[in-house]
Amino acid sequence: MQHYSGFALLKHSFSHHENWQRVWRNPTPKKKYDVIIVGGGGHGLATAYYLAKQFGVTNVAVIEKGFLGGGNTARNTTIVRSNYLWDEAAHLYEHAMKLWEGLSQDLNYNVMFSQRGCLNLGHTLQDMRDIERRVNANRLNGIDGEVLDAKQVKEIVPALDCSENARYPVLGASWQPRAGIARHDAVAWGFARGADAHGVDLIQQTEVEDLIIEDDTVVGVRTKRYGDIKADRVGCVVAGNSSVLAKMAGFELPLESHPLQALVSEPIKPILDTVVMSNQVHGYASQSDKGDLVIGAGIDGYNGYGQRGSYSTIEHTIQAIVEMFPIFSRVRMNRQWGGIVDTTPDACPIISETPVKNLFFNCGWGTGGFKATPGSGNVFAASLAKGEMHPLAKPFSMFRFHDGSLVDEHGAAGVAH
Amino acid sequence: MLHIYCPHCGESRDEEEFHPVGQAHIERPKDPDACSDKEWGEFLYFRRNPRGLHHELWVHAAGCRKFFNMTRNTQTYEIKEVYKLGEQPSVVAE
Repeated sequence: MQHYSGFALLKHSFSHHENWQRVWRNPTPKKKYDVIIVGGGGHGLATAYYLAKQFGVTNVAVIEKGFLGGGNTARNTTIVRSNYLWDEAAHLYEHAMKLWEGLSQDLNYNVMFSQRGCLNLGHTLQDMRDIERRVNANRLNGIDGEVLDAKQVKEIVPALDCSENARYPVLGASWQPRAGIARHDAVAWGFARGADAHGVDLIQQTEVEDLIIEDDTVVGVRTKRYGDIKADRVGCVVAGNSSVLAKMAGFELPLESHPLQALVSEPIKPILDTVVMSNQVHGYASQSDKGDLVIGAGIDGYNGYGQRGSYSTIEHTIQAIVEMFPIFSRVRMNRQWGGIVDTTPDACPIISETPVKNLFFNCGWGTGGFKATPGSGNVFAASLAKGEMHPLAKPFSMFRFHDGSLVDEHGAAGVAH
Repeated sequence: MLHIYCPHCGESRDEEEFHPVGQAHIERPKDPDACSDKEWGEFLYFRRNPRGLHHELWVHAAGCRKFFNMTRNTQTYEIKEVYKLGEQPSVVAE
């Protein structure tokens, strides 16, 4: 792998930047792999990267039906934080946060991780009680957090309407200084480049049509483009389409796929240097390095695989943003899009063994998977390498919906679900 | 934006008046105490999530406030039919 550095930039400038290597190969798949990962998004690529780099399993293929990082990795609002309430979730997301903090150096690829902090606003007394409880829980878990009052919030975000005259006045917020945003495409590309350099085959434009299962054990995948490809273990990391793959394997997952929309404004001068989220008015925003406001909506209530949602959903989101930031009322929106998110009943992911031997699923990240990308890949890679679940992944078994040991982050995590 | 025909009102209205409730035709186990953990968990948490035709329960929340069922394609979002509770769909999802 060609090393990226200031010196390399200088060296290549002498040849007009025409001799940079391709960032990854475009190989034809082998007949058999140790591990096949279905789904070449951020989580799948991170899994492949850590499998090869940290766990020494290099005979790995990532099979992607479209192009790398073209699904939800390219469609999210790039927020990274780890202020989850329950221990199990907090440990998992904090594991990811620690990896984020060294990720650009580790990958030798600038993922533009910017720890600009994240505010979760409280607008009611109950919001504030929940915030205090969550911040205290976070601190006991070694995760940074502070409870701020309205005046302190105003100091951090002067553009926010913190007056008492607001319809839902801001009473305070939780503040996680280490939270922030990252460049979503760079995350996928950085992991892809790193995985490729360690020998992982990235197979694009190849849809998995079926999982080959013999005696309740998965032995490979069937593709239209390359026929059957064998594997000792198969990990499915396909987000919104997880239920479709589970059906091929003959079982059901407690998932519902919903459209989730986001939108960006025209680029404006720097005005918002942190992430602001509000559950109560149900909107969140940050400003990208390019200058556009990145705004996320809630999910559309109906099930949908169409990567598009209803106009009323984003209209409500914009109403919330204008309620929070009256100064943005005349900013024009530039683009709007949707992704398919696979939601679980407790708003926590499924990182799990399945009823089929050697078949593993990493799914159910719902509306908040991007922040977990390195952590999710890391624990899933550990699980695939050893054939048993990593300790951080154990609480997220799909069988928790049978025995009732849910990790109920719904409404607890300051998530705008 | 979906345009939904309410079988109770007899009119097509904007999606904003309606609220999706989830999968239709879920039957509560007749004898919950006799259920295994697996059966009860599946009743509570496991929902069909097809890419294609799906039977859903909707409520006309800002209208007549009555519930009804809908058969809808989750890929194209096309609404195949709406029918009242207690009725059976004429187009059946696999």
